Amino acid sequence: MLALTINGREHTLDVDPATPILWALRDTLGMTGTKFGCGAALCGACTVHLDGEAIRSCSTPVSEAVGKKIATIEAVTAGADRVGAAVHAAWVKHDVAQCGYCQSGQIMSATAFIASLPRGKQPSSDEIDTAMAGNICRCGTYARIRAAIADASRSLV
Amino acid sequence: MLHNIDPNDLPRGFQRLMSHGKAAPAMLQRRSFLKLAGASGLALGAFPHVAFGQSKGAVASTLKPTQQPSAFVQIARNGEVTITINRLEFGQGVNTGLPMILAEELDADWSLVRSKHGTNDMAYADPLFGIHLTGGSHTIKNSYTQYRELGARARAMLLNAAAAKWKVDVAALRTQAGVVLGPRNLKASYGELAEAAMALPVPETVTLKDPKNFRIIGRPTQRLDAQAKTSGRQDFGIDMRLAGQLTAVVARPPVFGGRLISVDDSAAKAIKGVKAVLRVPLDGGAEGVAVVADGYWQATQGRDALKLEWDTSQIEKVDSERQLTQYRELARQPGPRKMDADMAPLATAPRQIEAEFIFPYLAHAAMEPLNCTVRLADDRAEIWMGSQCAGLDAGAAAKALGLKPEQVVVNVLMAGGGFGRRFSSTSDVAVEACAIAKGAREAGLDAPVRTVWSREDDMKGGYYRPMHLHRARIGFDDTGKVLAWDHVIVGQSITTGTVFGAFQVKDGIDATATEGMRDPYPLPMRLTVHHPKLNVPVLWWRSVGSTHTAFVMETLLDEIARATKQDPVAYRMALFGDTHPRHRAALQLAVDKSGYGKAKLAAGRAWGVAVHESFDSVVAYVVEASVKDGQPVLHKVTSGVHCNLVVNPRSVEAQVQGAAVMGLSMCLAGSATTLKDGVVEQSNFGDYTVARITDVPEFAVHIVPSADPPTGMGEPGLPPLAPAFANAIALLTGKPLRQLPFAIA
Repeated sequence: MLALTINGREHTLDVDPATPILWALRDTLGMTGTKFGCGAALCGACTVHLDGEAIRSCSTPVSEAVGKKIATIEAVTAGADRVGAAVHAAWVKHDVAQCGYCQSGQIMSATAFIASLPRGKQPSSDEIDTAMAGNICRCGTYARIRAAIADASRSLV
Repeated sequence: MLHNIDPNDLPRGFQRLMSHGKAAPAMLQRRSFLKLAGASGLALGAFPHVAFGQSKGAVASTLKPTQQPSAFVQIARNGEVTITINRLEFGQGVNTGLPMILAEELDADWSLVRSKHGTNDMAYADPLFGIHLTGGSHTIKNSYTQYRELGARARAMLLNAAAAKWKVDVAALRTQAGVVLGPRNLKASYGELAEAAMALPVPETVTLKDPKNFRIIGRPTQRLDAQAKTSGRQDFGIDMRLAGQLTAVVARPPVFGGRLISVDDSAAKAIKGVKAVLRVPLDGGAEGVAVVADGYWQATQGRDALKLEWDTSQIEKVDSERQLTQYRELARQPGPRKMDADMAPLATAPRQIEAEFIFPYLAHAAMEPLNCTVRLADDRAEIWMGSQCAGLDAGAAAKALGLKPEQVVVNVLMAGGGFGRRFSSTSDVAVEACAIAKGAREAGLDAPVRTVWSREDDMKGGYYRPMHLHRARIGFDDTGKVLAWDHVIVGQSITTGTVFGAFQVKDGIDATATEGMRDPYPLPMRLTVHHPKLNVPVLWWRSVGSTHTAFVMETLLDEIARATKQDPVAYRMALFGDTHPRHRAALQLAVDKSGYGKAKLAAGRAWGVAVHESFDSVVAYVVEASVKDGQPVLHKVTSGVHCNLVVNPRSVEAQVQGAAVMGLSMCLAGSATTLKDGVVEQSNFGDYTVARITDVPEFAVHIVPSADPPTGMGEPGLPPLAPAFANAIALLTGKPLRQLPFAIA
């Protein structure tokens, strides 16, 4: 039995400690907002926050999350997370999503990135690109991702 | 896909296919329909639709299922209008575009409009093809009038219901955003009228709006799924969760068509959560081993623990290097001709170009791995999947399960991309999932089974844009006039031997390999085509033949322009003459908006131009590119788009940007699927390159205004990107690029 804190709630899971966080979320807890894309930390679709830092849940075992806080797309965009709410609003305003499958991961990466900036700092376009380079969007929504991140950062000043 | 076809042949052709039992989508059953209606309000006009499905004593109606509002419009008491789309939504935006079209004629309150997917029911067949399919950028083009008429019929029924309720002449009534208004301030919402309206006959003929009164069509509109897709609430096929559901993954042979010699599953079965290990037939006569478990992780643990011995001894093992040599050899042989012209001037032409082009296999690599969920009972099967051809998949599933076609329902679910991969003629994904569900049931597991492909399965498991070799010999004069153009294409046929071959293959030549060649340029071209057969499954890939033909045509024309010191835009415009106004308009718009030829470029940059028509839409790109550290860099893309009337400009912009990024992907080092001794060498995004945000240029998308009936935009933005980029690089390096991905020596 493993105790995990996910989106502020305690969960006790009967899973192998080597199970990636992704599959504990999706298959054990039924939290399907976090997506499976590559299983090898190459595409970013599975990005969640572990103690506020963006990590690839497909390649991080649940044992590494014990005693830490996991946050997923469901909670980060629910309103209480100031940065998450701003990123979510910008994503909607810019109509970023096409198929939408990668966007949970994109938003989680973008939120962690903006939250990591000194308050009020506007990221340059190169900084945005570097921060988001680990997230693939096969639909090619990158231009709108850039615009949404810039917009979200501006709204948080 | 499925283009260059005489539309009159289609319904007949598909009927023929269906009569052979390959696909026979079921009619919506009364029972399921009423249940559907009860779920979220009232289905408008349910009675005539049900009557249509009952053969005896039905009320006469000349309307087809695709014309009956009942299957498409649900109006809840609170006024919410739910519109069913007859397509797969997988990013292209039709779950907003189709509702916009219907809501326009329904005169709905757009803020109350929702959308949902349909099933393989005949009501959701493409009105032209007669089967549920999504491809060829056909949705808006083929369903524009259909959805307008559906909306107009539903509106007429609501008006008639109000007229009856108020006992006034229907001519005295009008509608306004979800409300019927009458004399003496009479007023009723669509939600109040829906129940009465549903009992009325469906009008056979309706008058459509004058487009100048459109208030929804043409307005930049946010996607209906924008909120769900940014909050983790959007469910995709892979998110299916039925009570007791199990998950399966499959161990596949290393070489296509491989079969098993031995299976040692003792270690796999010992893994906690593994429920069954099944030997299953796979696509193309292959065999595999499915591990069925509580969840995906347990299933993959089980798969990793299998000890398998494969027999590939009698199977052709394709090797990309060897294949290229074979293709070069084949290109020198005589073969069937798609086009012919006098090649005598080649001997005397004052200027000559000889060029060879190479295009690799390409995996689709949609972000959502392939998957399919199957629930079986004795006499029926229910399937959930992001299918681009629910019609075919249902028929193939029925055959695999030994059921009648009407005993199978395919529920179409949102898909995370597809680009053609969710539309295979063998329905490989659905058939495999059915075989596994059947095997699991026979093994005593009474549970729905979701089969999931890993990324490695997706990359290595078949169905690629075919590898192609093009060879051209062109003779022209000092003015750039082409005197003779001798062209050869070598590549596997996508549709030969499939159900689509009947429409696509003529005299041994697959139209999906040659589309985009020559036209609209008036060139004396001889086009020879070779379709070698190889043990690599191939498939359409976003924009299909134009993924390679546009590159060849647009880079060679640019080369002729450069060789004769002509401006590449002026050269193309002269060739278009007066007969291709859409090409001219698209190119001119891109030129004007980009500042081409006028604006001063940043140091080290060059302009590149290309224009191409595919799937009846024309896209022109003017790009700015440079070479940095020996690598081509794309900085800016300005596009001119001609897709006739635009339903949702935001969607067109998104599709152009997205298709351009996929076109850019083709240029990047590592964007190739290659084989060594029959084994696909790439396995994941680490060794198969797709564009990332760091590769992506600035975009400006401009649309030529038009009132003509709309054409599609899912694919046409892709083909001209790579040649425009290549033309800019060729200007900088002085050497043409004739290979994708780019290889700068």
